[in-house]
Parts: sequence; C-alpha cells; structure tokens
Amino acid sequence: MTGTRPGFVLEVDRSTPPVLFHAGEGFHLERLPAGSRVIYPPEPLAPLDDPDSAIRHALLNPVGDSEPLSALLRPGMRLTIAFDNQAVPLPPMRRPDNRQRVIEAVLDLAAEVGVDDVVLIAAHGLHRRMTENELRHVVGDRVYDAFAPQGLLTQHDAEDHDNLVLVGTTAEGEEVEVNTRAATSDLLVYVNVNLVAMDGGHKSTMTGITSYRSLRSHHNVHTLQHSRSLMDPGRSALHHSCWRMGRLFAAEGPRVFQIETTVNTDTFPKPFNLLQKREWEWTPRDRVSFMAASKSLERAPFSVAHKIFHGIKSPQKMTSVQAGEVEAVHALTTEHVHRQHLVAVSGQTDIVTMGLPFVGPYNVNSVMNPLLVMCLGLGYFFNLYRGKPLVRPGGVLILSHPTPWKFHPVHHPSYIDFFEQVLPETTDPVEIEKKFEEDFATDPWYIHLYRTSYAYHGVHAFYMWYWGAHALQYLNGNVIIVGGDARAVRRMGFKPASTLRDALEMAEDVVGRDPSITHFHCPPIMLADVT
Amino acid sequence: MRALLFERSLPRYAAARIAGAVTPGLGGRVGPLTLAEVDEPELPGPGWHRVRPRLAGICGSDLATVDGRSSRYFEPIVSFPFVPGHEVVGELDDGRRVVLEPVLACAARGIRPLCRGCAEGRIDRCERIAFGHLEPGLQTGYCADTGGGWSTALVAHESQIHPVPDSVTDEAAVMVEPAACAVHAALGAGAEGTTVLVLGAGTLGLCAVAALHHYATPSSLLVTAKHLEQRQMASELGADVVVAPGEARRAVRRATASLRVGGALSGGVDVVVDCVGSQESLADDLAVVRPGGTVVLLGMPGTVMVDLTPLWQRQINLRGSYAYGTEGARRTFDLAFDLVAAAGLERLVSVTYPLDRYRDAIDHAANAGRRGAHKVAFDLRGEKHR
Repeated sequence: MTGTRPGFVLEVDRSTPPVLFHAGEGFHLERLPAGSRVIYPPEPLAPLDDPDSAIRHALLNPVGDSEPLSALLRPGMRLTIAFDNQAVPLPPMRRPDNRQRVIEAVLDLAAEVGVDDVVLIAAHGLHRRMTENELRHVVGDRVYDAFAPQGLLTQHDAEDHDNLVLVGTTAEGEEVEVNTRAATSDLLVYVNVNLVAMDGGHKSTMTGITSYRSLRSHHNVHTLQHSRSLMDPGRSALHHSCWRMGRLFAAEGPRVFQIETTVNTDTFPKPFNLLQKREWEWTPRDRVSFMAASKSLERAPFSVAHKIFHGIKSPQKMTSVQAGEVEAVHALTTEHVHRQHLVAVSGQTDIVTMGLPFVGPYNVNSVMNPLLVMCLGLGYFFNLYRGKPLVRPGGVLILSHPTPWKFHPVHHPSYIDFFEQVLPETTDPVEIEKKFEEDFATDPWYIHLYRTSYAYHGVHAFYMWYWGAHALQYLNGNVIIVGGDARAVRRMGFKPASTLRDALEMAEDVVGRDPSITHFHCPPIMLADVT
Repeated sequence: MRALLFERSLPRYAAARIAGAVTPGLGGRVGPLTLAEVDEPELPGPGWHRVRPRLAGICGSDLATVDGRSSRYFEPIVSFPFVPGHEVVGELDDGRRVVLEPVLACAARGIRPLCRGCAEGRIDRCERIAFGHLEPGLQTGYCADTGGGWSTALVAHESQIHPVPDSVTDEAAVMVEPAACAVHAALGAGAEGTTVLVLGAGTLGLCAVAALHHYATPSSLLVTAKHLEQRQMASELGADVVVAPGEARRAVRRATASLRVGGALSGGVDVVVDCVGSQESLADDLAVVRPGGTVVLLGMPGTVMVDLTPLWQRQINLRGSYAYGTEGARRTFDLAFDLVAAAGLERLVSVTYPLDRYRDAIDHAANAGRRGAHKVAFDLRGEKHR
C-alpha cells in the first residue's frame, strides 16, 4: 500500500487548472468557480503480488462458519459454480479476469478430489445472456473449451420455469425462487468480482440466479427509495431484503461457498490513463495527448469513438480474495472496497457536478441509452455516498453526458418501448411501477428475446428507473444534463443545458446566487463518506 | 360573387404538383386555384336552395387537389371549373343555418329510380355520381354546377341540407361533415370491444378517435400522432395510448403482446383506421393488423406501391370508408351532430381566414400539425355580399 495516496477534497482557487469531466465517449475540461470543491478518488491500491496463491490460500482457509473448500468436495457430488456476469468490473479487465483465476482454482481442487458432476452458471439474473467472447473473456479459454461444448457452461434463465425451484418464502413474504441446478446441488460455489460496495454478499445469489418472482421483492420503488444509499448496505432496504432471502436460501438450500474478490481502481490503460491523474500533475505530454484525443473524438463519428472506448480493457488488478461463509466473506470484502474507495467529505453543497463516462454495468459492448444515463447518474453516481448525499436537500445535480436518443435494438428492446411509451405518460416511478411493470415483465416478446437472443429482460428497463428513484425523490427533479440530446433529456423530465456555465446559471434559479459547488471526479470509482 | 375557382389547366396543375411536393400547400400559390369574381350558381330546379357559406373547412382531400396530388381516378367524376369546399355551414335565404351533406347522389341529380346504394340510404355507395341533370361531381365542391363552400354562395338540394339548432355554433357545425366521415368509419369497422389503431391525428384522425370512443368503445385505442398538440388532443378525445408515427409498430406489439416476425408482428390490433392514406401508412397498416383483422382506409389514398403479400397470407380485410349515409336507422349526419356536441369537436377549429387570404389559409392548413393547429377554415361571414 506504500505510495498510494488517499482521496481528498480540493478547494478550487484561481491557480487550479480546468477540471476533467467525462462525457460518454469523450471528455472535456471545465474551469470551476473559485471556492468549488473537487473530490478526487484515492489512487489505486497495490495489487496482490501473487493472486493465484492468494486464491488457493483463501479456498483452503475460509472465513466464517465454513470448512475449507477441499473438505467440502467429494466424488459423486453435484458441484455448481455460479459467477458474476460481464456487468463487472468496469471497464472489463484485462485477461486473466479474477473469475477465471478463481474458477480454475476451484476446478483444480475439484479435479484433485474427483468431482465430475460440475456445471458452471453465468449468474446474470435478468441481464442479457453473455456472448461467447464475453464468456471466454470472463472464464478463460481453457474453462470455456472444457465446459461449453458439453453444455456444462450454462447461462441462468430466469424464465425457464421448468428449471426454477421455490426454496421458500421469508417472513416478509419474499419468495426465493432459484435456478434448480444451483438449488439442488450439494455445493454451490459463487465467484464474485466486487466492483463497488453494493455488490456481493447475499445479493450475488439473490439477484444472479433467481427470477422476476424473487427480484420483485427488492427491485421495487419502495425498497429503492429506502436505500440510502445503495452503496451502504447497512442502510439499504434492497440489501436488507437480499440478506433475508439469502439467509433463507442458506438455511433451506444447498451449502453455499462464497468467493469474493476486489479490484483496485487502476481503471484506464495508456493512453487514457491520464484520465485518472490529477490535472495539476499532468505533464506537457499529457496535455498534448488530451488535446489531441479530445479533438479527435469530437470529430470522429460516434461509431468510431464507441469502438475505441469499448475496446478498452482495464488494467485493474485483484487486491483481495476471501472465501467461505457468505456474510463473513462479504464483511471482509467490504473492508477492502472501502479501503480503496472511501473519501472523507465534510458537508453537502448546493450543486454537485458529475461527468458520466462511456460505460456502466448494462452497456458493456453496447450503447449507453438515455435510460442508462439516468441509471448511471442517479442510480450509481448519486448513490456513491455513505452518510448523506453530496448534494444538499433541495440542491441540483448536474450531469455531463451526450445522452443520445440511441438504443441497442438487440440488447435493450424493452428500454425503447419504455422510453417511447411509458415516459411520455409519467416519470413518477411509483406510477410507472403500478401501471406498467407487470405488462412489461410478462410480455412474451421480451421473454422470448431474453431467453433466445441477447436482450435484457422486459422488466429491466424499469429497474433502471427505480435505481434512480431515491435520487429523483431527493432532488425533486432538479437534474440538469450538459451536452445531452435535448429531446431525450426532457423526455426523462430533466433539463438540458449546452454548457456547464449555462447549467450553473440554470441551477442558480433553484439554489440562489453564489451556490456552493462540488465536482465528483469519478471515475475512477470512489465512495464519498459525507459527514 | 367572390369564389376560389379551380380550373382545368394542365400547366398550372403540373406546377402545383411540383410546388406541393417541395412545400405542402405551395400549390395554392402557383396552381389552378384562383380568387375570382364569378356568377352565382343557378338553382338547378325545384327542391334546390341557395346557401351562403358562413364557415367552410379545408380538408385533406382539398389540399391534395390544390397541391396536384389527387388521383386521376377522380377525372371522370369531377367537372371543371369547380369551387372547392365541402365542409360547410351556411345560411339559406330565409336565414336558417344549415350544414351541407355534400355527396351529390341520385336524389340531388334527379335520378329515378334511385340506384341500389341510394335506395338503401347509402348515398356513399351511389352509382350515379357522374350522371343526371348535374355535371359530374362526387360532391359539392367538385361539381361545376353547384358551386362550393369556398365562396359566398352555392346551391344545395334539399336532400343535402341539415338544419343547425340555435345552440350549435358555426364552429361546431362546420365540424359535422368530417365528424360524419369518422362516425361512418367507426361504425363500419367492427371495432366494438376490439383493439384499434388510428393512424394519423390530423382533423380526420382526431374525429375518428372521438367517433370510436363514443360509438364503438374499443377495448384499447391506440393513436399515432406526429405533433404535440395532436398527441394531447388525441388523449383528450379518448385515446388510451398515443405514440409518434415511427413508434407505431412497437406500441402495437406491446399493447397486443405480439411477437415480431421480421418487420411485422405475429399478431396485432384487430382494426387499423388509416387516416393518412400514404404508401408508408399502408405498409404500417399491414404490418400491425392481426391475421384476419381489418384495415379501414379513411384518409384518401392515392396511387401507392404496397406489397400485398401480407394481406394475402394474413387474410387481412382491406376496406375503404368514404363519406356517410345511414347507420342502421339513423343518418350519419345526425350521429355526427351528437358526436360534435359530446366530444366538443368545435375546439378543433383552430383558425379561420377570409377568402382573400386563401394562400395563407392553404399554407396553414397544409402545415397545420406543425403549426399547432387542427382544422383551418374560411370565414365567409364578413364577405361583402352580407
């Protein structure tokens, strides 16, 4: 850890250089008013020197009430390995992915013992199925070639009702309906990559291998409006629900052996790595590179810029691995995540600005459509706090993103209909949930595409909107998007602005003259610990 | 009298066609339509009345004529020169206000015995619209002998006039004719309790929405509307779902829980009421109607190129809906009067113009949706003869 500088809060003065704002497949520099604050993330933690040894050590030295993995394995058993899908980490990490390392280690142990009934499940919940390339990237060619041709590398199908089993119902009425193979195994090993504090723990199984019937228990407006924040599981109603359901699953279902890994925030490879440097430390070469890149991207067709950015493989590396009983494992994981992400911030401000990057969990190898912009801004970035939001009650959130009226027709078909048919009627999450959710969730066309193509489930568009429900309620609609397609921005009930200066002027109508301003300099990812 | 006269002039018709293709409504400036001083039309015989128009609407078919887009099909069933205008509320010599039912069927033409259609009260199916003692003309507004609404006088047979109660404003009355077209389509569509898509939300589309809502009560009524005011009005008139034209297929797919097969749907709505009549709208019709469903062409189509394979394979019923007549025991116009009152259709009259600003009026009507308007009409109440 030596040499890793913590995150900090900079107060802007006249000598402060312009500050970087991400904006989709591009970025720009903005000069903030003197007195503004800029929150910088901690620098990337040093990675594990020998991740493979660390993994083997974790498997053999589990935490919590768990025997070593080797002791849980026996010939003739049914072993299922479920793993996180392509939504994490972001951007996708360079090979070998953490999951590949872990799965190979688990399979080596299983082979040593003579376990031969092994099935892998991509635990994508209601996300789209993974492509072969994505699967190869995550599990590695060796695992893919050994399992996929025999049909033993499977993808969870939340609409395959012949292969879902109701494990039980919690005292709160939450139904735990799980992938039958996982539920009827002698041992379920779950392999996670914990990108942010929201991930992992019981949420892994209770979203990844369940069905709409289960997910609706916690993926709903009430729960998400009472998750303050989503990134603070102790204060998140969503996590409380997942934990109740996960405990029931642990009690009534198979033995679960959870393996969680964390990654550092070494997010961008060269030449994009200057995006994670502090601006005043940019070298002249960095400045030239930035100018050249930003100007080229401005002129490049969207498809070219998209291809460049979505080709990025992140150099982030494993910083920890822990295995064993779910809750004990996750407690350690959360410590590691906090060690990388937490930044102490004192007080809220009238205005918070955020530059949204090109990728979020649901547009890997895809398009960041307006709903995903909303979800990334109001669902993820706004919730990257512990304690209280960075923006004060009654304040204004300013996001920077082109927000194109553009959708990936294969990946997000129900999003298009949601955007065209639901939002013109209402943007109120409660009303949307009541009036439209069931229809979309049970629409046979979306179900068909989810099962046979590469489409997110019909209800997933709703979850994007719900993800921002807390922010929508808190901000009371005071959201401005800089540089976005005005029509798309207005469709979502937000205000468009051409420039940051315009946006700040518009915000003054709400918060008054000489507002306090904070810029959230993310990515790399961080978690503001606001007191 | 002053009248807008449409003369047979091939060069000017060609100019209108070119201009109208560039800018809708431009045909009114370069085409065969001119403001002229002409003799008042003579009463053709007993049973005819002189009508002094008070308001006369500009309809989509009028615009097609002015912009040179009308089908050549009409050539034998119109006579030149004619004064356009068939959506008319006017005044008889005795001061009574009347609405014109413009179809020039057997009764008006002095033809006895009546043709099959007229004998059944279905003047919309009249087989003699080019015969009898009048020059050819399917309606007032396309006949050289009768004059038309875009003037200060026309003649109308007693079979064509409907008294307007004192409680009904001129603005409401001028909406009766388009409302009658919509009522006729709504009642003929077999839309009761079904899913219906109305394609297009111009005046005729909005009247169709109102008519379907009041007289057919579909289980679900979807509408495509291009402009904001049209969207709002469609919702107010009873649409359950209003979407942009480009969103129609997705909206229908979702509303009917259909699957997609290529560009079309596996299922679809039971009925499409097409108030556009374009090549594109016809392709949409066939893509979104369910197998065995019905497409009703209410908007006037022209010569179009459409792949009819889906019509054949999906056994789709394609039917036209022209004008009005009787609907069971009642005349369509009586039902239309009720509809105009019940739905408040007079609010669709957005703007009126005097005759001498006819070019502006045509421009406005041709771009009504974009300019936030619905029905544009001529206001003849201030013309000199009064």
